[in-house]
This record gives sequence, structure tokens and C-alpha cells, in this order.
Amino acid sequence: MVRNLDDLIIRTCARLMVPFLQIYSLYVYVHGHTSPGGGFQGGCIMAASFILLAVAYDIGEAKRRFSERLNAIFCCLGVFIYVGTGAVALIFSANFLDYSAWQHIIPVGPIMARYYGIAMIELGVEITVMAVMVSIFLDLVTAGEQEAVLERDHD
Amino acid sequence: MNRLLSLCITALAGLLLLYGVEEFPRWGDPLQPASAHVSPRYIEQTIPETGVPNAVTSVLADYRGYDTMFETSVIFTAGVAVMMLLRRSRGKKS
Repeated sequence: MVRNLDDLIIRTCARLMVPFLQIYSLYVYVHGHTSPGGGFQGGCIMAASFILLAVAYDIGEAKRRFSERLNAIFCCLGVFIYVGTGAVALIFSANFLDYSAWQHIIPVGPIMARYYGIAMIELGVEITVMAVMVSIFLDLVTAGEQEAVLERDHD
Repeated sequence: MNRLLSLCITALAGLLLLYGVEEFPRWGDPLQPASAHVSPRYIEQTIPETGVPNAVTSVLADYRGYDTMFETSVIFTAGVAVMMLLRRSRGKKS
């Protein structure tokens, strides 16, 4: 259970770290093409920034920054981007998930179309992983809190 | 007695597995079956075909796109399952 603790040092450190964590997450995602990294790792780091906010402040602060409604939309949006990127290839009579069909939409050759197709699906993976990690964390934490509150009321 | 028997069975199974390991190809052998089938093609054709310098990314997202798509779907399903399991009590309370 995450309590609302009043510690200036922890809060300030967390607030200062969050933007760097998010930039680092985008760095890991973008550099997935040339170095170890990609959507899964970047999404986890992005989720860690919100979880840090929730731990250092409280659940309400994290929910104000990243509402449940937005979270649910992002969960679906990531999978939708991934499948949509693959399904666009079907329109141009290519195989499903054959990103070279994107050359008809973006003005690059078939090889670079595959390059950017990989970037697009990694973006979908990043969004889904980020939203699901935050969603699972908030669900687990608030459910515990509610049970404790119910127990206290029962006593 | 029972413990001794279990120990014997465990040791026997371990020895059997070690005997099986003898047949494995050597660590890092470039001619082993797992490295000789599609791996050379991926390593040679990743940059000409996809332009991505990192072969892991091109295999993950391009050559094995279906796999990664369903990995993402599994993560999505896990999130939805946690939502369904844990948010029931909240609805009952209100």
C-alpha cells in the first residue's frame, strides 16, 4: 500500500527524475534500431516514471497526471497501432505485416519503408506496455488500499 | 527411506540429463543446426532488406512480426485480466 508521505527530499528527487526517465525511455525506444532496446524496455521505463510519481506522492497525483480513462485508451491504442501498421499492407496487396507496402504512403523506398514500419510498431508496443504496466500497478495498489479501508471500517 | 529414494531418483535423473547434454553441439559452434538454418540469412540480409543495423530488432519486429504482435496482445490481455479481477470489488462497494 502506498501512503501519502510528507518527505520533501523524496518528493523533490522524484519530481526531478521523472522528466529524465521519460526522455531516457524515448531514447531507449528510438535507439532500438541501432542498440539494445526497443518498445518493451522503453515502455517499462516510461511506466516506471509514473510509478515513481505514485510512490513518492500518492495515487491521486499519478491519476491526475495520467487518468484511468486515458490509460484505457492508450492500452488499446498501442495494439491498434501495431495491427493497423500491419493491416495497411493488405490494402496495397502485400502480406500482413509486410511494412515495405508503406512505400506507397510515405515517400521512401521499400527498404526505408520497412525501417520506419519497425519504428511504428515499436511505438505501438511502447504505448501498450507503458499503459498496461501503470494500469496493473494502480489496480494492485488501490485494491490493497480498499481492502485495508474495508477492514478498518469492519473493525 | 523415502528421502533416500527421492535422492537416488534425483541423482539418476541428473546423470541422465548430463548424459544427454553430451550429444549437444558445442557452445558457440557456427555449424550447429540452430545456427545453420535461417540465422546466416538474417545476419547477412538484415541491412540490405530492412536497413536496421540491429539484427535483433529486425528479427523481432519484421521477420517475426506475428510473434511480437501477439506478445503485445498478451500484455494487453494481462492488463485487461487484472482490471477485470480487481475492479469488481470497487463496483460492488459503490
